[in-house]
Amino acid sequence: MSATAPAPVEGGPGAPAVAAGGDETLQDYARRWWAGVKAGELGSLPIVVGLIIIAIIFQAKNDNFLTAGNFVNLIVQAAAITTIGMGIVFVLLLGEIDLSVGFVSGVAGVVTALLTLPDNSNVFAAGPTMVIVLLVGLGIGTLHGLIITKVGIPSFVVTLAGLLGWNGVVLLLIGDRGTVIIQNDFFVGFANDFLSDAASWIVAIAGIALYAAMLFWQRIQRARHGLPSAPDSLLILRVAGLAIAVLAVVYVCNQDRGIPYVMLMLAGVFIFWTYVLNRTKFGRHIYAVGGNAEAARRAGISVDNIRIACFAICSMMAALGGIVLASRLRSVDTGAGGGSILLYAIAAPVIGGTSLFGGRGTIKSAVLGALVIASIDNGLGLLGLSAGTKFVITAGVLLLAVTVDSIARKGRESAGRA
Amino acid sequence: MSNKDPILELRGVSKSFGAVQALYKVDFHVAPGEVMALVGDNGAGKSTLIKSIAGIHTIDEGEILFDGQPVTIHGPKDAAKLGIEVVYQDLALCDNLDVVQNMFLGREELSSLRRLDETTMERRASDTLASLSVTTIRSVRQTVAGLSGGQRQSVAVAKAVMWNSKVVILDEPTAALGVAQTRQVLDLVKRLGEQGLAVVLISHNLHDIFEVADSITVLRLGQNVAEYKRADVTQTQVVEAITAGKLSKVPGVQDEVIA
Repeated sequence: MSATAPAPVEGGPGAPAVAAGGDETLQDYARRWWAGVKAGELGSLPIVVGLIIIAIIFQAKNDNFLTAGNFVNLIVQAAAITTIGMGIVFVLLLGEIDLSVGFVSGVAGVVTALLTLPDNSNVFAAGPTMVIVLLVGLGIGTLHGLIITKVGIPSFVVTLAGLLGWNGVVLLLIGDRGTVIIQNDFFVGFANDFLSDAASWIVAIAGIALYAAMLFWQRIQRARHGLPSAPDSLLILRVAGLAIAVLAVVYVCNQDRGIPYVMLMLAGVFIFWTYVLNRTKFGRHIYAVGGNAEAARRAGISVDNIRIACFAICSMMAALGGIVLASRLRSVDTGAGGGSILLYAIAAPVIGGTSLFGGRGTIKSAVLGALVIASIDNGLGLLGLSAGTKFVITAGVLLLAVTVDSIARKGRESAGRA
Repeated sequence: MSNKDPILELRGVSKSFGAVQALYKVDFHVAPGEVMALVGDNGAGKSTLIKSIAGIHTIDEGEILFDGQPVTIHGPKDAAKLGIEVVYQDLALCDNLDVVQNMFLGREELSSLRRLDETTMERRASDTLASLSVTTIRSVRQTVAGLSGGQRQSVAVAKAVMWNSKVVILDEPTAALGVAQTRQVLDLVKRLGEQGLAVVLISHNLHDIFEVADSITVLRLGQNVAEYKRADVTQTQVVEAITAGKLSKVPGVQDEVIA
């Protein structure tokens, strides 16, 4: 519940429930967390273990894998599918799917390139372009959502049509240009420039301080209402865990080119959506609709509006991902948004533990899943293996992740925690 | 047993769906602190009656009085505004949400910056459960999926009574529950009455009804055929009324003179 940052110390989904009575010790907490894990509440545990295994294997095969330079590359490579995957989380939470995100990101990339093209009669500045492109994404998603809810066509079919249709729009927009080079400084720098060392330290420390302040504020609030709180030692452990992780990332990146701007964007978007899902009425209603749409309807929630909003958010995040992708490649061509982007973007949250059946999932899952996919992609690339091998291995990891989830679900069911 | 004026009263309520007369001139009432059982065979019109009260169906004829005043109920929101809450048989809980989240679903408390006010909600949820003496739920932060049938029923009831409700309608609350869990729920129903709420209890289980109800209304084929004080009646009499109660109008015979 209280997670707004991927602190490695909190393994279970949501803070473990506190029994009535006095405050508990850290040992009680650890014991209950472990009991939860055994009962199938795995949380991020499998994926963290998986990432460590991946790192060890690739490092053993090629000692360029765990270098600062490659780490920075990895983040930039993972950025687009992370962004699109975060949007996918919203539709997966409803138990729906969006197959169009790949080419929606392509449309966004092409629109970005065309709006900022110097030989165009109306050259847009970076800010307005960004706003227009995100609104285009929002509009596309709203259109999908309206067809799905008001006409009553399954999202699979609507977004399958979208997959084809938006691919067509990409081709139409590119026309006979073939490739459009991005020349706007902001969009070139978005995924290719880096924060200065000092700036990244300041941002990191400010972030950690905010996280700590938030946890302590919650602690004070709960105490004021006479509710039991997690032990202080756990609080400190969480802050310390986040601090070590963040500072380590900043330190490693600063050994090389530094923190990419796109990573700052990812962190901001991650915190924002996690906040929306966990701390706002809207987010609560998304989980409710995904868990039991009928119950949500009876509780007075407009199920249709929630669904439309989720598809709109999904496409808007796809558009943002399209900007990232176009920026990284510094150009768009007729293949924009194609290839493995769609499948990787959907696989990321699923590998990260978001359920395909709705109601269960986090924004964090998209980040962790994308990290796994990008690591495999990157590592196999370092080993000089072909695209075919990459796909086969990524497919294996996806299957493994879904298998772990499915076994964990059975564990939860037999433990009555389904 | 209460001799107070009814808080909710239905007079001559009729409702038909096309050619099917689901309710015919039904009178029904329940007073604060009274547990009124509503019994009848399948198709007797129990569901239609409570759905009319809850605002899911609009009535064709007759009037609904709340606190002595005629009211029209056009939807579940109108019913909730009056203080009428229905706990449906399928409970309508989200398995993936915890107890607090379910109890406040759709009516979340907000603090500054449109944030969910989790601490206030948790406090109120705990207090409501405590006031109903629901002690079997270990933590209000566990997901509903992990609760037993009786615990889920308790959560659904607590959700209904939390909003200053005056009338709580329970649809088959003990169906599909084991002995111990039925016990929990029946105790809960009694406590609701003791706390001054008007409780409408729909059940097929006469044993349960004779244990907690103050009064019993029997529906048969859309008409009310009998109303008893529990103390004045035996289970056999009630069964007779359910299966062979005297009808004022025989369904299908249109121009029968009404007795």
